[in-house]
Amino acid sequence: MKHQLREDGATLVVTLEGDVDLDSSPEAREVLLKAVGRGRDVLVDMARITYIDSSGIASLVEALQAARLRGRRLALAAVSPAAMRVLSLARLDKVFAIHASVAEALASGG
Amino acid sequence: MAANPTRAEPSLAEGAAAETLFELRFRSLPDRLKMVRAAVAAAVRSTGCSEDAVHDIVLAVDEACQNVIRHAYSGRPDGEIVLTMRREGDRVAVELRDFAPPVDERRVRPRDLDELRPGGLGTHLIREVMDEVAFLPRPAGGGNLLRMVKRIAPTGAAAGKAEGERP
Repeated sequence: MKHQLREDGATLVVTLEGDVDLDSSPEAREVLLKAVGRGRDVLVDMARITYIDSSGIASLVEALQAARLRGRRLALAAVSPAAMRVLSLARLDKVFAIHASVAEALASGG
Repeated sequence: MAANPTRAEPSLAEGAAAETLFELRFRSLPDRLKMVRAAVAAAVRSTGCSEDAVHDIVLAVDEACQNVIRHAYSGRPDGEIVLTMRREGDRVAVELRDFAPPVDERRVRPRDLDELRPGGLGTHLIREVMDEVAFLPRPAGGGNLLRMVKRIAPTGAAAGKAEGERP
């Protein structure tokens, strides 16, 4: 798994790339929690995630909770059908704010 | 075997011989799962079912392997896992064998999803996507044997509930 961080206005955009699985989710968790720790709203660009499992989803949930504790938002963008399937099965598709694209998310201020 | 009147497979399975697609032995290491997923995807795809079904079965096998690595072997890196993929007529059957101490089935039941917290999702996902999930009687030689089954429909066939329901 690879990741990139970039700032766009007040939002920190975290791009995760590759498989987010039992092997790589500890790294994803660390990247996401560090991003949230910077005290900004975080947008997770999921367009390049090729596979995500329950451990990857758990990292997203943990980051979402950390963001809420700080009074910040964490949203998802460009979620692939496969990742959306896992989110839906986990009943989390209504818990996360999910945007069609990064551009749309930033334009909507979320 | 086909004459066994109690056999609960009245459909296509009667006409099609069961076929072992592959058997894979690997260590209880997280970095082996990428290889496992690739093998499972190729095997399931060879049955001609939809990509949605391929993803669901890959997910279930991955999550079941995670349970073995994290819980049955408690993170031990040198445990052995044996994965057998079979086609049984219109079903894909997965058997996952480990050689760990017996697992407490109560610990592998799906959790209540109402509470928003990380972790514990894997077993829920498995039960959502597979049609049958059960631990078989403990094999001679110890360990645990999990069997999971999913009905499949060939691509192009009338959309069936066997493919799982997408919103």
